[in-house]
Amino acid sequence: MSLRLELVDVHAEIEGKEILKGVSLTVEQGRFHALMGPNGSGKTTLSRVIMGDRRYKITKGSILLDGEDITNLPAHERARKGLFLTFQNPVELPGVKLFTLIRSSYLVHHPDDKRSFQEFITYVQSKARLLGMDTSLLSRGVNEGFSGGERKKSEILQMSLIKPRIAIIDEIDSGLDVDALEAVAKSLKDTIYTEPKMGVLLITHYQRILKYLAPDTVHVMMDGRIIKSGDYSLALKIEERGYEWIREAR
Amino acid sequence: MDKGSKIDEIIEERANGDRIITRARYPHVFREGLDRSVVEEISEIKGEPEWMRRFRLKALEIFNSKPMPNWGPPLDIDFNRIRYYVLPDEVKARRWEDLPEEIRETYEKLGIPEIERKYLSGSVAQLDSEGVYANIKRQLEEKGVIFLDSDSALKKYPDLFKEYFFRIVPVMDSKFSALNGAVWSGGSFIYVPENVRVDLPLMTYFRMNMMQEGQFEHTIIIAEKGSYVSYIEGCTAPIYNVTSLHSAVVEVYVKENAHVKFTTVQNWSRDILNLSTERARVERMGRMEWVSGSLGSRVTMLYPSSYLVGEGATASHLSISLASDHTWKDNGSKVIHFAPNTSSKIISKSISLKGGTTVFRGLVRIPKGSFNSVSHVQCDALILDESSRNFTFPHNEVYEESATVTHEASAGRIGEEQLFYIMSRGLTEDEARSMIVLGFLDDVMKEIPLEFSLELNRLIKLKISELGGTG
Ligand SMILES: Nc1ncnc2c1ncn2[C@@H]1O[C@H](COP(=O)(O)OP(=O)(O)OP(=O)(O)O)[C@@H](O)[C@H]1O
Ligand SMILES: [Mg+2]
Repeated sequence: MSLRLELVDVHAEIEGKEILKGVSLTVEQGRFHALMGPNGSGKTTLSRVIMGDRRYKITKGSILLDGEDITNLPAHERARKGLFLTFQNPVELPGVKLFTLIRSSYLVHHPDDKRSFQEFITYVQSKARLLGMDTSLLSRGVNEGFSGGERKKSEILQMSLIKPRIAIIDEIDSGLDVDALEAVAKSLKDTIYTEPKMGVLLITHYQRILKYLAPDTVHVMMDGRIIKSGDYSLALKIEERGYEWIREAR
Repeated sequence: MDKGSKIDEIIEERANGDRIITRARYPHVFREGLDRSVVEEISEIKGEPEWMRRFRLKALEIFNSKPMPNWGPPLDIDFNRIRYYVLPDEVKARRWEDLPEEIRETYEKLGIPEIERKYLSGSVAQLDSEGVYANIKRQLEEKGVIFLDSDSALKKYPDLFKEYFFRIVPVMDSKFSALNGAVWSGGSFIYVPENVRVDLPLMTYFRMNMMQEGQFEHTIIIAEKGSYVSYIEGCTAPIYNVTSLHSAVVEVYVKENAHVKFTTVQNWSRDILNLSTERARVERMGRMEWVSGSLGSRVTMLYPSSYLVGEGATASHLSISLASDHTWKDNGSKVIHFAPNTSSKIISKSISLKGGTTVFRGLVRIPKGSFNSVSHVQCDALILDESSRNFTFPHNEVYEESATVTHEASAGRIGEEQLFYIMSRGLTEDEARSMIVLGFLDDVMKEIPLEFSLELNRLIKLKISELGGTG
């Protein structure tokens, strides 16, 4: 059965400041949504609110997963239900080996996996190589001194191993060189489109990555609201003309 | 004094929810309190030479004349309510099989035989004040290595013992070193002859078994020129709700080109005050390593020191401490660079939670003339909740222009963003916290014995689960 994430008129604030001002959105497993919008419009906030960042206060509305209200569920339970978030700027975890994090989180999601420890290492390394990722990163502290691109690859690696049912992917394409972008997009495509297909909400500023991935829907967020949705051509139009015309058209 | 009476003690230990029951019999149970007659009696029972009897009495006078330290953690010790000597009626056993059943069981529950199997080089384990289990491997004897409990060493090698007893630690060093001088009992005595390498670590295990008991081992390690030895001491005690005192003295003599590694790991129960004095004298090109891990005890005050007296001598000090449940870990290091081209490295990692207090006190002194000496001090503290604290008091006295002392310190809390990141990968908040704490310790984990790192791991997870979703 495919998982369905539904946001109903979600309002969220942080430090007394309202950032999300009524967001309604449905992401179903097997569907690919892109989310675009100017800097500071609330895209990252939305992604965190979906994943359960408790620093944000939801003042109105609700988040449903297959009809179940998860608005107050802690992040790890949302993750266990099949949600995943790749971070725009993933934090450093000094001394926590990337491999340790990968191993622990993998076992949470795949407790019945039959691979031996050694086989698992080999498996992770091969996935990392597909991303053009230096496997020595696995034995370093998570994001500790990682370059921008290395951080993005580590996020995608973790996602492809866990294989969530619905992923929110926040600006995975910024800061990547041309080759890295291609490798990341290819891995994304593999992960997303192999059965069971994933549902995706991909946040980006550029149509470049969308060209590889062909989204079903493109949404535009401005000032804490989704104000326009369309097909892939909307992304092309934004790339060409920016956002002002959308605002003016309203 | 009710000498000769037998008491069956039933001891319960709660370790991770398990309950261990052991029995030990105590024939020589001293009355509480400390005066000349107690000291004389201890010396008499042990059949000590006259000089030691007089030494003890002199030490008692010094103890009585010294004030309690007027700094550091609050110490509420009633010296009149401590038993200063307990002698198990079992004679010292050479072989495991010779040990009385109940003592063997105690050790088994403590995991001693496993540890033994791992470090096959031999072990002196100490139950209460006597080394009852002494097992020295043949190879060591053939190489001329002495590894005995200190009481036996005094009997067997009186001159050698006297030469090194209370030398680098003067008896008047502090109130507690004087106390040790008056009532010391047990501890290890290790002598490694010139150019002998003892490749496997020597181990001992101390355990306090009686209520309101004092434990005052005196450990001496002598590493002759070009030798190497690693010594690991583990301490634990069952849980009572009365204050007990552990006040050991450790003296390490590192001769030219010799290398000594001294590891103490303690998981005393919460009613123990652990106030020990540890010091090493390091000669030309010698190397001293201190590793101390303190998990348990109510109050620990422990500041291993290294006196670098020969050119090119080095010292490294690593301490890892965990203060939880309103305990106080006052740790630190002291290094004095008496000679040129000496170097030292001090690393302290501390974790406080559930109202725990961790303190680091560092002293590095480089007198004029100790050319090109270098010292690096690093102290990192992690504080897990609002009720816990850390204080850092580094103190450097550098009088030599060509010397370099560098200092790094960090005190941090676990970031909400770090927790959210790990939790977004499906791990619970407790698991996320444990992961971050173990990451904090990652760079020093390889320096500590495996058993200790497992215990540390277990304890951190346990304590964090007790914390609950606060923080
Ligand atoms: N802790 C905070 N306190 C106050 N304001 C905050 C806080 N966190 C985020 N904001 C504000 O919320 C708004 C939305 O930020 P958000 O990161 O969601 O934007 P974004 O759409 O992801 O932008 P970008 O494209 O630059 O990544 C911004 O104005 C930001 O400054
Ligand atoms: Mg953003």
